[in-house]
Amino acid sequence: MGKAIRMTNSSTGGPVFVYVKDGKIVRMTPMDFDETDAKSWEIKARGRTFTPPRKTTIAPFTAGQKSMIYSDKRVLYPMKRVDFDPDGERNIQNRGISGYERISWEEATDLLVKEVDRIRNTYGPSAILSTPSSHHLWGNVGYRHSTYFRFMNMMGFTYADHNPDSWEGWHWGGMHMWGFSWRLGNPEQYDLLEDGLKHAEMIVFWSSDPEVNSGIYAAFESTVRRQWLKDLGVKMVFIDPFYNHTAGLFGDKWLSPKIGTDHALSFAIAYTWLTEGTYDKEYVATHAHGFEEWADYVLGKTDGLPKTCEWAEGETGIPACEIRALAREWAKKNTYLAAGGLGGWGGACRASHGIEFARGMIALATMQGMGKPGSNIWSTTQGVPLDYDFYFPGYAEGGISGDCENSAAGFKFAWRMFDGKTTFPSPSNINTSAGQHIPRLKIPECIMNGNFQWSGKGFAGGDIAHQMHQYQYPAPGYSPIRMFWKYGGPHMGTMTATNRYAKMYNTETLDFVVSQSIWFEGEVPFADLILPACTNFERWDISEFANCSGYIPDNYQLCNHRVISLQMKCIEPLGESKSDYDIYALISKKLGIYEMFTEGKDELAWVEQYYNATDMPKYMTFDEFKKKGYFVVPDNPNRKKTVALRWFAENREKDTPDWGPRLNNQVGRKGLQTTTGKVEFIATSIKRFEEQGFVDEYRPAMHTYVPAWESHHSPLAKKYPLGMLSPHPRFSMHTMGDGKDSFMNDIKDHRVLIDGHYYWIMRMNSKDAAARGIKDGDLIRAYNDRGSVILCVQVGERVQPGTVHSYESSAEYNPIGKPGKSADRGGCVNILTPDRYMSKYACGMAPNTAQLEVEKWNGEIYEIY
Amino acid sequence: MKQWYMVIDVAKCHDCNNCFMACKDEHVDNKWPGYTDAQPRHGHRWMNIERRERGQYSRNDVAYLPMPCQHCENAPCIKAGNGAVVRREDGVVIIDMEKAKGNKELEKSCPYGAIYWNDEVATPQKCTMCAHLLDDESWAPGMPRCEHVCPTGAITTYKLEPTALEKKIKEEGLTVYKAELNTDPHVLYKNLFKFTKNFITAGVLVDGDCFENATVNLKSKGEVVATQKTNFFGEFKFDGLENGEYVVEVDAGGKKTSNNVMITNQSQNMGFINL
Repeated sequence: MGKAIRMTNSSTGGPVFVYVKDGKIVRMTPMDFDETDAKSWEIKARGRTFTPPRKTTIAPFTAGQKSMIYSDKRVLYPMKRVDFDPDGERNIQNRGISGYERISWEEATDLLVKEVDRIRNTYGPSAILSTPSSHHLWGNVGYRHSTYFRFMNMMGFTYADHNPDSWEGWHWGGMHMWGFSWRLGNPEQYDLLEDGLKHAEMIVFWSSDPEVNSGIYAAFESTVRRQWLKDLGVKMVFIDPFYNHTAGLFGDKWLSPKIGTDHALSFAIAYTWLTEGTYDKEYVATHAHGFEEWADYVLGKTDGLPKTCEWAEGETGIPACEIRALAREWAKKNTYLAAGGLGGWGGACRASHGIEFARGMIALATMQGMGKPGSNIWSTTQGVPLDYDFYFPGYAEGGISGDCENSAAGFKFAWRMFDGKTTFPSPSNINTSAGQHIPRLKIPECIMNGNFQWSGKGFAGGDIAHQMHQYQYPAPGYSPIRMFWKYGGPHMGTMTATNRYAKMYNTETLDFVVSQSIWFEGEVPFADLILPACTNFERWDISEFANCSGYIPDNYQLCNHRVISLQMKCIEPLGESKSDYDIYALISKKLGIYEMFTEGKDELAWVEQYYNATDMPKYMTFDEFKKKGYFVVPDNPNRKKTVALRWFAENREKDTPDWGPRLNNQVGRKGLQTTTGKVEFIATSIKRFEEQGFVDEYRPAMHTYVPAWESHHSPLAKKYPLGMLSPHPRFSMHTMGDGKDSFMNDIKDHRVLIDGHYYWIMRMNSKDAAARGIKDGDLIRAYNDRGSVILCVQVGERVQPGTVHSYESSAEYNPIGKPGKSADRGGCVNILTPDRYMSKYACGMAPNTAQLEVEKWNGEIYEIY
Repeated sequence: MKQWYMVIDVAKCHDCNNCFMACKDEHVDNKWPGYTDAQPRHGHRWMNIERRERGQYSRNDVAYLPMPCQHCENAPCIKAGNGAVVRREDGVVIIDMEKAKGNKELEKSCPYGAIYWNDEVATPQKCTMCAHLLDDESWAPGMPRCEHVCPTGAITTYKLEPTALEKKIKEEGLTVYKAELNTDPHVLYKNLFKFTKNFITAGVLVDGDCFENATVNLKSKGEVVATQKTNFFGEFKFDGLENGEYVVEVDAGGKKTSNNVMITNQSQNMGFINL
């Protein structure tokens, strides 16, 4: 038989070699490096030399990516809802119910452009709402910050702002304590691998499961580093309501706080250190603001409630003696705190106590002198020694849009990409600080109620106070929304209380709904018109392994090597699907903006222009790169090592390659971004906000034990006694890889096949199951006032009694009865999570705390209205 | 003659399923003539990962056992196959797609449940150790797909003389799964006890606080079979235990206690031992 050709591409789960034969993908593998590729780095520590494997790793969804490309859930042709007639009866009440008919691209684009022009002529461009998924398929030219913004900004639209959904508590709480607004409140991680390999004696993974989430986009790059640390005898303690997979592989101890009580645990640890005098008093004296007042509060001097380990046992369910043992060992040993996937991020920060959880983590790290050798916030996922001087942008740096308002294009890339003579960016004039906004989490309220007010725009990190700006919809002088152009279909599985989104589509003032999607999944079947997009394996693109950049600057350091990939067009687009770029090019012709949108270029020509705007030409020409397909950036052994926050600990000018603080956010180039330049246990930024009348019960100026508003404390718990933990999923990248008849459906711990349906899994303690007459493998109904989801139960010991666990991000939404009003057996557990904002003035989501009840499913539909 | 062997470390598997996905990537929609037909999109588990939870909250763990075809030297499927199943000179066991057509009995013949029925081509199928790749000199990784994507190094294949394997078995403590079947598998396991055996664990407290460095003896039939010091949580964990009656003796700085523990197919979390 003939040989397959080895091509290159990349994915959200790592770069790949793609073997293609006769126009069909045969297989996809990680990349093995050869002798022509640059040497790997070495770290010498404790008498050993550490160097990474000479290959990349891939995530499970990438290993099964072929089944997402060749899937019978692909949208292969433009489709129109059968009972939608833009010139007659639109039958808005039937969205989500009626079927589709195939139409041609000519008909589809005619229909679309006629509606767009009608709406723009009647209401103005702000009446068109659009928003893509958080994670596009990989590729810097085709990404949403790039191609999508280039086109949408030219057409005109209101963008539904994404909330900082994986940062939340760090953004709304942590940022006020230590700044890092350019990282949305997460810390820098430079050169911490060497620091950890040399000094670490213990790592506390708190709401952190890097074997599952890898930080982000980095497959299993950091696994080998935890193996090294383990071999060196470093103890690993895991704090997570769920006995997570990193704990299973590496854990020496697992502590499981009740849902919503992590901060009780952190207060008790601080209490132990304060009473036993085992914190870094000198460091705190010079590096913390408001510490003494805060310490009095912890000790109970101001509120009469000492935050003892015994008190915390009552809150968390963890024995006081174990909390004390952890606190004492932590103070005694060189301990790193892995407070999420990227230093912070993910997990408990996405919960109703997320603000105080994040501040609690910063408080503990500060009390142990963070930044000194052997003490830091570090998740083992970053801090690899790489060449930080070599410039290759991440997807968030704007690509071909150059949109400095809605991407990080303004940092460097736009000025290298566009000469302003022959090639031009496409800035926004609506999604700007004085334009119109809609928060993604409240799209249903805006559409259904016609107005909404909120505080803070998502992904606002220019300054700490940016998140306090007040907004209203419609913005003064702007139009309410009449049309929704959705990219992808994951809202049902990823937002909160998601029956709201299904109901929204039947709103009479929403004239027209377009869905541009690769797959027929989630809320795609609510659209009037569906445009078939193709995957990144069916078009040209370019990217770097895990490099998103933007609010996670230099995050290629998640990987063991910097790997730049040419994403080759491996196969022709399936059916009549097209790349986003080609779809927009087609539409731009009918809108009369084709020349401006394309500048006469196809995708490959943009890829070449992009390539030449990076540092890649220092090493090879585009033609050479096109031939080889990938490039491993050489290590720079002469680079000065700069450990994260060491400069702060030593009161020096900041020396890491980090993007902030801006010059005007520091005094004398020293200190943190906060007003005082110190870690603020009483936040000056929130205090100012309070003095202006914005008093927020769930975000006081001082880091305080505010009980989670949805937890075993809340009145809701009487009716719904089980607390659900709903982390980012194990095998899929949010909805990517799930459903779609993909291989992933067969993974035992992902879905379970019962009577022809692949059910999503909920994990439950054996005692709770027995009390409800439920046994392992039963179909159950998980429910609360927000809705019902039918799931398959896995009974065991991985959660404490009273806690259940089910991952977010089901790609399948399969209501048994009326959409938005009946039980879903697709597995969208976010139907059950609260749509309430984290606090009055913090418009973040809190899906990781939800109270519910579970019963054996009796086969009913459970319609509610 | 050198033989292919696969060694799987149970302690390194955390069920990421990369092996399972890569197996499907290699075989679904791809025919490898002379080796095997295309794998159906759903249902087959040529790399079947079994899960076993041990212990009780909150001193519990989970072990995973990735189980491909065991490529047995004394394979029941070869006997049942009447010439349709062959063991190659390099030890890889292959089902001949033509000769095995219609032979549904083959599926049942495997005591490890590693053979699956393909309805579409009416033929039994299983893991080939990616022999089509191992035989292909241009296949740069030189290993099966499951091993190539394994992020923890839990799966490793070796081409060795049987004598070299014997040495490896001794040095690394390798065992076979279900040895009592006497099929002489070419798939061997490291740390198999985590899946097949049990543990006894507890936390030792003195005056209500976790006690580090207590001496804990585990006795069986009057003999001390293991000794441990408690960690800073006051915990000990004796693993790899057979069913039977054990005595756990604790000496925490002179304070002593003794407890009887019965292991019957289940690990035991004794909770706290208060002294």
